[in-house]
Amino acid sequence: MEEKKLNLTLKIWRQAAPDAAGGFQEYKVYVSPDSSFLEMLDELNNELESQNLDPIAFESDCREGICGTCGLVINGHPHGPIPKIATCQLHMRHFKDGDTIWVEPFRAKAFPVIKDLMVDRSAFDRIMEAGGFISVNTGSVPDGNAIPIPKDIASEAMDSASCIGCGACVAACKNASAMLFVSAKVSQFALLPQGQPERYRRVQAMVKKMDELGFGACSNTYACEAECPKGISIKNIARMNREFIKAKVKTEEIDV
Amino acid sequence: MGWIANALNSSIGKKFIMALTGVCLLLFLIIHLINNLTLYGGPELFNTVVKNLEGIKPLVRVIELILVLIFVFHIYDAIRVWYGNKKARPINYKINASAENSTLFSRTMIWSGSIIFIFLVIHLRTFWVSFNLGHPLAQSHNYYEIVVQAFRDPVYSLFYVVAIILLGFHLKHGFQSAFQTFGWNNNKYFPMVRKLGDIYTYIMVIGFASIPIYFLFFYGGN
Ligand code: HEM
Ligand code: SF4
Ligand code: FES
Repeated sequence: MEEKKLNLTLKIWRQAAPDAAGGFQEYKVYVSPDSSFLEMLDELNNELESQNLDPIAFESDCREGICGTCGLVINGHPHGPIPKIATCQLHMRHFKDGDTIWVEPFRAKAFPVIKDLMVDRSAFDRIMEAGGFISVNTGSVPDGNAIPIPKDIASEAMDSASCIGCGACVAACKNASAMLFVSAKVSQFALLPQGQPERYRRVQAMVKKMDELGFGACSNTYACEAECPKGISIKNIARMNREFIKAKVKTEEIDV
Repeated sequence: MGWIANALNSSIGKKFIMALTGVCLLLFLIIHLINNLTLYGGPELFNTVVKNLEGIKPLVRVIELILVLIFVFHIYDAIRVWYGNKKARPINYKINASAENSTLFSRTMIWSGSIIFIFLVIHLRTFWVSFNLGHPLAQSHNYYEIVVQAFRDPVYSLFYVVAIILLGFHLKHGFQSAFQTFGWNNNKYFPMVRKLGDIYTYIMVIGFASIPIYFLFFYGGN
């Protein structure tokens, strides 16, 4: 059955370069409800290019919600209005004929705009680097039963590890805080035996880097959890607070 | 000792101090409310309670000093955290959906806090100054009458009620927020913490706001 196509007005943030002034540009599109949000932008870009106009810069890679590159702020929601999906998984059937859709880049001092809707999220890489290594033995495949991990702990670590590093938590937070991302990364190691040797050094180093990079503090508004495409829980933030306080109080190392 | 300063100046450290001082203030409000509810026992009871507190003045002074320090640290970090957070998000969104992903209370802590601060200054000016710095009624131990005279003014009473409601905003978010900041969030207990915070908030708001309303109602006309 042929579905009725939608007439939409897009108001898209255009900015030529990091230091250039930006503004919203209006585009009219006629799009299938089966189209994904990014496919709609692809079509629009084809049209702009056919008119010799500069296409809209935005990022995407996997287009199946696992790589985390595609974050856009759509009508005020990072990754759009549908919970627990990434922008690439958002389909136009969630919009109504005649809707106006505002598309903005993530806004954070630590995520400067490169061009249009594309931001530089390498601050997250700096935080991961600060976290450093975990000690695992190389060599042949380890015996599955050598390190017993209770199922509930393994599941919790897996939930934390499902963070795709997209930065939507930063985009959603009024303080542009990276606490949800960093806490997920701290948790995935802190929960497992393999992460224990560097546990306290890791949390301190990552928090320190996060602060240096200009992310805000956590006001516990929980907007991050509501907008996270992977449903990462704010319990991770609580865990990180606990880990950080414990690290400061009980470890002897003072220059991390 | 630099490590202590480093810890307390980190984003988590600042929030830890805010939560610690915030919880002290939550506890203080309970004591303050119990004390104030003796107003409902009539002039004799209230005046005796205040007079008894006069009897342990040095202890009261020490507690007051601790309270001042708690407020100073809470407000100092409130301003630092708020300023840092503003800097982290220099450009705002054109369309902001924050109403759909967070509570109003959680987003306006600096404003509810600022109103509490203004209220605090006026409140201390009316009562602390009168009780402690030689108001004639205080010298004759008729503290109750000072309360009557203050709340007889409808504007003054109304201001109290508004400020206390905003205090309620602060408490509703702050109570559970402090637990989260300490890292005490767990599927089993956190729903209880939220409930407890709501109950606490209702008791505080109704308890404190009832006093100006009561006095306005019974003494406002004359
Ligand atoms: C009786 C008075 C007060 C009580 C009981 C109180 C209690 C609290 C509590 C429990 C928190 C939660 C801490 C956390 O998030 O971990 C908090 C946060 C906060 N308080 Fe207060 N507070 C009071 C007065 C004030 C005043 C006078 C200000 C002045 C500006 C203020 C500003 C703030 C701010 C801005 C936050 C949120 C910080 C953030 O996370 O962004 N508070 N308060
Ligand atoms: S916590 Fe969620 S919103 Fe934040 S980076 Fe990870 S997946 Fe994205
Ligand atoms: S493009 Fe990979 S998550 Fe959207």
